[in-house]
Amino acid sequence: MAVAFDEMNGPGGDLRPAYQELSRWLKETPPNALEYRRQEAELLFRRIGITFAVYGDAEAQERLIPFDVIPRIMSAKEWTLLEKGLKQRVRALNMFLRDIYHGRDILRANIIPDDLIFQNPVFRPEMNGQDVPHDVYVHIAGIDIVRVDADNFIVLEDNARTPSGVSYMLENREIMMRLFPDLFARHRVAPVEKYPDELLSALRSVAPLSASAEPTVALMTPGVYNSAYYEHSFLADKLGIELVEGRDLIVKNDEVFMRTTEGLKRVDVIYRRVDDDFLDPLTFRPDSALGVPGLMSAYAAGNITLANAVGTGIADDKAVYSYMPDIVKFYLAEEPILKNVPTWRCREPKDLAYVLDNLGDLVVKEVHGSGGYGMLIGPAATKATIEAFRDKLKREPEGFIAQPTLALSTCPTCTASGLAPRHVDLRPFVLTGRDHVTIVPGGLTRVALKEGSLVVNSSQGGGTKDTWILDE
Amino acid sequence: MLSRTAENLYWLARYVERAEYLARTIDATLRVTALPAAYIGKTNEWDSALLTAGVSASFYEAYSEANEQNVVEYLAFSPSNPSSIKNCIEAARLNSRSVRTALTSEMWDTINGSWIELQEVWNKGTGSREELAKFLRFVQETSLRFDGSAYRTMLRNDAYWFSRLGLHLERADNTARILDVKYHVLLPEEEHVGGPLDYYQWTSILRSVSALTAYHWVYRETLKPWLIADLLILNDTLPRSLASCYSNLVRNLDQIGVAYGRQGASQRHARGVRNRLEHSHMDDIFQHGVHEFIQEFIADNARLGEIITKQYLI
Repeated sequence: MAVAFDEMNGPGGDLRPAYQELSRWLKETPPNALEYRRQEAELLFRRIGITFAVYGDAEAQERLIPFDVIPRIMSAKEWTLLEKGLKQRVRALNMFLRDIYHGRDILRANIIPDDLIFQNPVFRPEMNGQDVPHDVYVHIAGIDIVRVDADNFIVLEDNARTPSGVSYMLENREIMMRLFPDLFARHRVAPVEKYPDELLSALRSVAPLSASAEPTVALMTPGVYNSAYYEHSFLADKLGIELVEGRDLIVKNDEVFMRTTEGLKRVDVIYRRVDDDFLDPLTFRPDSALGVPGLMSAYAAGNITLANAVGTGIADDKAVYSYMPDIVKFYLAEEPILKNVPTWRCREPKDLAYVLDNLGDLVVKEVHGSGGYGMLIGPAATKATIEAFRDKLKREPEGFIAQPTLALSTCPTCTASGLAPRHVDLRPFVLTGRDHVTIVPGGLTRVALKEGSLVVNSSQGGGTKDTWILDE
Repeated sequence: MLSRTAENLYWLARYVERAEYLARTIDATLRVTALPAAYIGKTNEWDSALLTAGVSASFYEAYSEANEQNVVEYLAFSPSNPSSIKNCIEAARLNSRSVRTALTSEMWDTINGSWIELQEVWNKGTGSREELAKFLRFVQETSLRFDGSAYRTMLRNDAYWFSRLGLHLERADNTARILDVKYHVLLPEEEHVGGPLDYYQWTSILRSVSALTAYHWVYRETLKPWLIADLLILNDTLPRSLASCYSNLVRNLDQIGVAYGRQGASQRHARGVRNRLEHSHMDDIFQHGVHEFIQEFIADNARLGEIITKQYLI
């Protein structure tokens, strides 16, 4: 594996321009001051209740995501490029989804094999031929980006279902501004606080035609036991919309209403943080108590907008991901600005053979996995784990893809033995409304706190950093 | 607002109020049981504490004897007692989390902060009476801070009113329950064989509802049982009296009715109960039976809870 690119001290150890002021500040600041601030930050997070639940871990039902106080900094120039690439990618994702559930030009052009779509458990036949308001499928996308050098941003994953983490982007900034006012005064950091406004206006813009001029938007959560519940309540609060659970909603005559103290009130747009499977027990899992019976029929009648739309999982599939460069070219006739990680599709025998021969060097992921679960990192895995994966791959090759182990870029991070480089990724949040795509400058930087670790997922011991885009 | 949100706010306030009341009950019982036996007579005060908390039956399923250790454990910490202080605080925190968007940050901070601090008490327990006393004080302070932050920071809209409904309904229930258990020591002297023993029972009742000082201010008299009954039942100036709770309930329900442009069964029922309290005199109440009066009140109060739930919360 190549030596990782460090975002502060570039190749050869030259301080990169965006980090100059931070480096100066770090030299002036005694190390124990950083530790003190770190503790203060932790206390703030706990007081505010910014916690998440780790499934299967009864002891630590509410945990904090470790927060690293050293910001990750990008220049305006880097951001501009990234922003352009992200908008292009999300535009293509939306066109792809519309096509898959309507004309299927891309299948007829033989760019993607039919069975990858039709045999895919996240493909939703219920959505065939169904129009969604304003043709927007992915209203909120969280695109995971990594860097391997100064010039290239690479997309690791497209999260097109119910991406989370944006509350950390916002709260990390709030806490950093409280803890380090001086550091902010010495930089020109582009603000992220407009995100809730942008989100609300995107959601309102996609209200169905039958909605009133002042559409009612609600955020639907699986409830207080969900791992991302804090974020749901945080966003509902910032947007000034009701935080609803399935049991708060009722469908009558194909319209969706919420139960209020003044009787039923119509809802026009649901920003749902509930997976497809649990939305409507009449259509999907009958055993689900989280959903709303009849929701899908109101959806089909065009009386409710679901954000994100039902069936976006197909764009989030890691095997479909491997076709993204072709998808961008097919719909937009443009070269993709953001690169993909080279990907072996284990469903293809030739690729599978290569993957099986090189398991020790590759990262193997489940096509529908998320949160860093069910993943093999070859170079870091024991022999037994590798062999277990070999069996899984042989049994169900279509369930996996493999990628080379990337040398993710690093950023200086507080560790027990002082500042040290740790691997990071970035999840910017891309909003798509009726006629425009917006991204607040920044995103959630996740950092693998263990030395050498490449797994940044919070469920796997990763932490977060504030992400600064310098306004020049 | 969402019915579920209103329901959560209502129950949140009830749980916090109940936790405070339980803490006061334990506190008052500790004081009275610390007196020499000659001052309190033969009644088992820990039994009365269970009765006023309304958990006597379930207690005896788990324990055979009502003594300090068992009752404190059951009322304060037991996970199997649905209305132990611990469960009230846990439920309050859970409700707060569900309705964070309807709480002010000060209210959230009070509940969440107390919950964080109490984790240690749950884990380690209270080893000594001093620690127990500190814990009981902390619970009462939590309730005061919660109530105060609600009063000082919430918008005066339906969220506030539903939260107040929970508070006053729970309060009325608590005051009525203590009267229900202790009514016999409040009967006018000629009907009651007691004497000086009762003095400490009376102060204990007043302490449970934080009305000992208030009594003296209101009546400027030594403790007289019928005046204590008058204070707790009919005196509108005492925040924990039944009359005061119902003035507040009627007012909050009216505010909701006005805001929603519609009155209903809960407004009518609350007004009915309030009118009865307003037109009652202690003499009549004694004549017709304090016990019957209180039991009827408890049933009426529970009925109001059901009506509010039906009208607004589901």
